[in-house]
Amino acid sequence: MKAVFKHEMSLYYHGLLAYVFGAFLLEFIGIGAMMYNINSAVANFEYALGTFCIGFVALVPILTMRVMAEEKRQKTDQLLSLLPITGTDIVLGKYFAMAVVFVAPMIVACVYPFIFSFYGDVYLPTSYGALFAFICLGLALTAIGMFISSLTESQGMAAGLCVVVMLFCYYSADLADYISSTAFNVAALLVLSALLALIVRRLTRSDVAGLIILVLCVAAVAITWLVSPTSLETLLPDLMNQLSLFERFYTFVNGVFDVTAIIYYISVAAFFLFLCVQSWEKKRYNG
Amino acid sequence: MITVEHLTKRYGDFTAVDDISFTIEDGHIYGFLGPNGAGKSTTMNIMTGCLAATSGEVKIDGYDIFEQARQAKQCIGYLPEIPPLYVDETPEEYLRFVAEAKGLPKRAITAEVARVITETRLTEMAHRLIRNLSKGYRQRVGIAQALLGNPRYIILDEPTVGLDPLQIIEIRDLIRELGQKHTVILSSHILSEVQAICESVLIIAHGKLVAFDTPQNLERTLAANNRLVLTAECDEATLRTILDGQTVVSSYTVEKDDQPAPAPAKATDTAPAERAEEAAPAAEIPAETAPAETETAEEPLSAPEEAAEAVLPADPAAAAPAPAVTKATVTLAGDPEAACRTIFFAFAEAKCALLQMTPIKADLENIFIELTEDEPSGKEASDHESGIQA
Repeated sequence: MKAVFKHEMSLYYHGLLAYVFGAFLLEFIGIGAMMYNINSAVANFEYALGTFCIGFVALVPILTMRVMAEEKRQKTDQLLSLLPITGTDIVLGKYFAMAVVFVAPMIVACVYPFIFSFYGDVYLPTSYGALFAFICLGLALTAIGMFISSLTESQGMAAGLCVVVMLFCYYSADLADYISSTAFNVAALLVLSALLALIVRRLTRSDVAGLIILVLCVAAVAITWLVSPTSLETLLPDLMNQLSLFERFYTFVNGVFDVTAIIYYISVAAFFLFLCVQSWEKKRYNG
Repeated sequence: MITVEHLTKRYGDFTAVDDISFTIEDGHIYGFLGPNGAGKSTTMNIMTGCLAATSGEVKIDGYDIFEQARQAKQCIGYLPEIPPLYVDETPEEYLRFVAEAKGLPKRAITAEVARVITETRLTEMAHRLIRNLSKGYRQRVGIAQALLGNPRYIILDEPTVGLDPLQIIEIRDLIRELGQKHTVILSSHILSEVQAICESVLIIAHGKLVAFDTPQNLERTLAANNRLVLTAECDEATLRTILDGQTVVSSYTVEKDDQPAPAPAKATDTAPAERAEEAAPAAEIPAETAPAETETAEEPLSAPEEAAEAVLPADPAAAAPAPAVTKATVTLAGDPEAACRTIFFAFAEAKCALLQMTPIKADLENIFIELTEDEPSGKEASDHESGIQA
C-alpha cells in the first residue's frame, strides 16, 4: 500500500493535476470567502463553504477521473496485479494519495477563519466544524468518483459519469420535494431497481444475478405497496433526503456538529472503496 | 519448480485454456509456442496471478499462486505482452516503484535498481521519460522490471514482438544471459526464435498442450531427416535421366523457375548457330523454355535429345556464359548419407557438376504446423513446406 501511495503521490505532484485541483478548490472557497466574509462582512466562514460546496461537482471528477481508468487504458493494471500486492492495497494506496491531494489545499483554507478572527467576532468552533465536515464530504465523494473511474477505461467517460452522479447527489434533496405521488414513486422505484439490476449484471457478467436483484427489488416494492400503500408516497423522497450527502453537510453550516453525518460519510467512503476493490478483483476473473 | 495442474480457463462458452498440465524444472530456458490465440498469454497470465483460472492450480516453489499469492509472486518476474509502463515517468522512477511494491528492503532498492539498469543496458536512458523511449528500450524497461528482486523465474510474453532485427538479437542475447542465472519461460509464435534460445519447447494449440520436449527431440521424432534440395549444372531432362536411374531416390520434384519465359515458342526452331551469336541473357531464355516444353510433351525418351539440341552447342566456349542450372527436391530411401554418396557419384559420372546439396531440416516450423493443425497428416505438412520454400 505504501508503495502505491508514494507512487501516486509522485504522479500527482510531478504532473499538473494536484496543482490544478488545489488551485480550483482554493478558488471556489476563496470566492465564497470574498463574497460572504469580506464584501458582505458576515462573520460565518461556514456559509462560504455551504454555498460553494457545489464546486465538488467539478472538482471531484478532476481528481478521480484518471485514477483507475488510466491504469486500464495504459494496461498498467496488469503490472499492479502481477506485483505481490493485493487489490485492497492498490485501492487504499490510491485513495489515500487522492485524500492528501484534496486535504493539502484545505489546510490553506483552514487559515481563513483564523485570519478573519483578527478583524471581527468569528465563532471559530462552527467554522472549523464545517471545514472538517467539508473535508469528510469531499472524501466520501472522492470514493464515489474512484468507484466510477474503476468502471470504465476512458477518462472522459469516467469524468462525465462522475459529474452526473455528483449533480444528482447535490440536487437529490431538492428533487425529493417534487416527487410525492404514489404512482410516480412506484415508477421511480422500479426504474431504480432496473438500474441496480443492470449494474449488478454488468459487474458480475451474470444474467442470473441481475435477474435475482431485479426480482428482489420489485418484490420489495410490491410488498410495501400491499402492506402500506401510503408509505410509498414518501418512501423515495425520504430515502433521497436520508441518503443525500450534501443535505447532511448543511447541518454543519447551520452550526450543528452532527456526529452521525460524519459516520455516514465514513461509511459511504468505505462502501464505495469496497465496491472499487470488488471491481478491481473482478477483472482478474473476467480478464 | 513450477507445477501447473489441470489448468482450465473459460470465458463464457469459449475455452481459452483446456486442461493443461506441465512441470517447469529449474535452470533452463523454456519456450511457449503456439499460433496467435492458442492460449499462451492466458496461460502465462494465470501462472503469474494476473488472471484467475476457472479450475486447476498453479504452484510456484510449492506456493499456490492464489492462496499464497504474495510468496508465489515474489518468486516470479513477469513481462506481459504489452510492457505495462507508466509513460510519464523515467525508467528509474518506474523501477523504483516496482522495487518498492515488490517489497524489497529500503536499503537495497537503489542498488537493485542500478543493477537491473546495467543488466538490461538502460544506463543512458535511465533519466529520460519512458514516453520518449523507442520500443526496444521500452521492452528493456519491462524486462528490467521483471528482474527486480532477482526472482527465480522470469516469464516473458513475446519479448521480441515489434522490434527491429538488431534489437531482436540484443534481446535474445539478454535472454540467454538471463538463462544462466534464472529459469526463463518465454512465449513466441516465431519458431526460429524458440529454436535459437530455448532448451525445451511447449507447444500449445487450441488451448491444449500438444507437445513438450527439446527442439532436437521434436525434430527427430516428428519428421524423418530424409530429404534434400540439390542444384545441378545441367538441364531438367538430364537431371531427370540421372535421378530416374537411382534406386536410392524414392521420389523427386523438379523446381520450376519463377521467371516467365518471354521468348515465343518459335525460338526453339531457330538454328543453334544463330542463338550462339546472341547476347548472354538472350541465350539463357531459350535454354529455359526448352525444358518447360519437353515437360508438357510428356515424352521422356525424346526429351533429352531435343534438349541436347537446344542447349548443348558444339562449341562449349560459346555456351559458357549461361550454363543451365536445375534445382530438385529429392526424397531419399534408406540411409541418407549412403544415398547422398550414390547421388554424388551418379552426377559425377554424367559429368554434371553438383552445385549444392542441402538437406531439408525437419525444423520446428513443420512440426509446429503438423501439431497445431486440426487434422495433422504428412501430406498436409509437406504441402505447407513447399509453400514456405516458394
